[in-house]
Amino acid sequence: MSGDTSLIVIIVTAALVNNVVLSQFLGICSFLGVSSQVKTSASLGGAVIFVMTIASAVANLLYTFVLSPLGLDYLQTIVFILVIAALVQIVEMFLKKTSPGLYQALGIFLPLITTNCAVLGVALNNVTDGYNFIESVVSGFGTALGYTLAIVLLAGIRENIDESDLPAPVKGAPIVLFCAALMGIAFFGFSSLS
Amino acid sequence: MNTSMERIYNGIVKENPVFIMMLGMCPCLAVTTSVTNAIGMGVSTTAVLVASNVVISLVRKIIPDEVRLPAEIVIVASLVTVVQLIMQAYFVELNESLGVYIPLIVVNCIILGRAEAYAMKNEVLPSLFDGIGMGLGFTIGITILAFFRELLGAGTVAGFQVMPSFYKPIDMLVKAPGAFLVLGVIIMVMNAWGISSRQAELVSGDGCVGCAAEGNCAAAGKCDKKEEEAKA
Repeated sequence: MSGDTSLIVIIVTAALVNNVVLSQFLGICSFLGVSSQVKTSASLGGAVIFVMTIASAVANLLYTFVLSPLGLDYLQTIVFILVIAALVQIVEMFLKKTSPGLYQALGIFLPLITTNCAVLGVALNNVTDGYNFIESVVSGFGTALGYTLAIVLLAGIRENIDESDLPAPVKGAPIVLFCAALMGIAFFGFSSLS
Repeated sequence: MNTSMERIYNGIVKENPVFIMMLGMCPCLAVTTSVTNAIGMGVSTTAVLVASNVVISLVRKIIPDEVRLPAEIVIVASLVTVVQLIMQAYFVELNESLGVYIPLIVVNCIILGRAEAYAMKNEVLPSLFDGIGMGLGFTIGITILAFFRELLGAGTVAGFQVMPSFYKPIDMLVKAPGAFLVLGVIIMVMNAWGISSRQAELVSGDGCVGCAAEGNCAAAGKCDKKEEEAKA
């Protein structure tokens, strides 16, 4: 029973308390770049959930059964980034063959994810936190969920901002950064959950 | 020598990665809680950037075009591992406060971006200076950001108390939301002064401009506009 509760704690912590974008600053590039429309950002979020969960699982298996027993811990950065890059390619090919509908929805975002630092960040954090296989997968899923939540919320706000009359200097990046700051303050409220 | 100075000027002023290009945002926001952290991060990134530019420029004619990106990633990841091991050995404290952001230099858009945009197409020496310029630009950018956050958020600069004792620090600025806020204010002031930056394009477009995955997206048909511009 206690095992189940700790998994829920990991999900809540990963998605809300330590939100990957708003409190850890991972995946900022896509957070700022691909958040002008709710629809596209939701698709990107879906692709991230998909890749991040699988990547966490594979990275954990590799670390536990290959890198750690051989004493090659210091190679983790190189191995993980290659695994993620290869994984993204495989997922892309697999989706193209088996589920063209899903590929249509997520396809264009998959190559972007290779350089999304959130994916590599989660894989490295899982090792630092000493998570086991199940915990890593759950943490990967939770983090991706938090990422999706943040990017969809920001996109929702930006769609509305587009229609409002802003002073010229604030247009573009500044207003997006201000929105992100306010969202970050709101997410602070979750810190009491931990 | 002229090209070298031009590359350095370009990196620091014309294409400043932080304020103009808005690249490498993750470490830029995450480690700017203090000036010390920012300089540590800046120097590590510069070291990787200079070395990767030189190595990639050296091997640029050997790498087949199809495996360009994986090859670049492996080179960068190896260099980052070297930096990480050096940090663990000699700068224990700094390494602890920068944490996961040191290995994450691998996916810093600036490094892959410069490799793709400059080192793959140019001789070794200009690439070296391009790396130095961009690295300095990044270091200066994040140090400015860290200076304001630390000064107003903690009342100190690089750990030394500078604000008078009656000043009550604004805690929030050194916490997560403060990073977005301070960067937003700096860019707003720059906009008001009429310093044009590419960020409008970047944020309103599809986010591909200058991004390391640009080539990938172009293949997926996302950066058509950019492709056309490049051809023209």
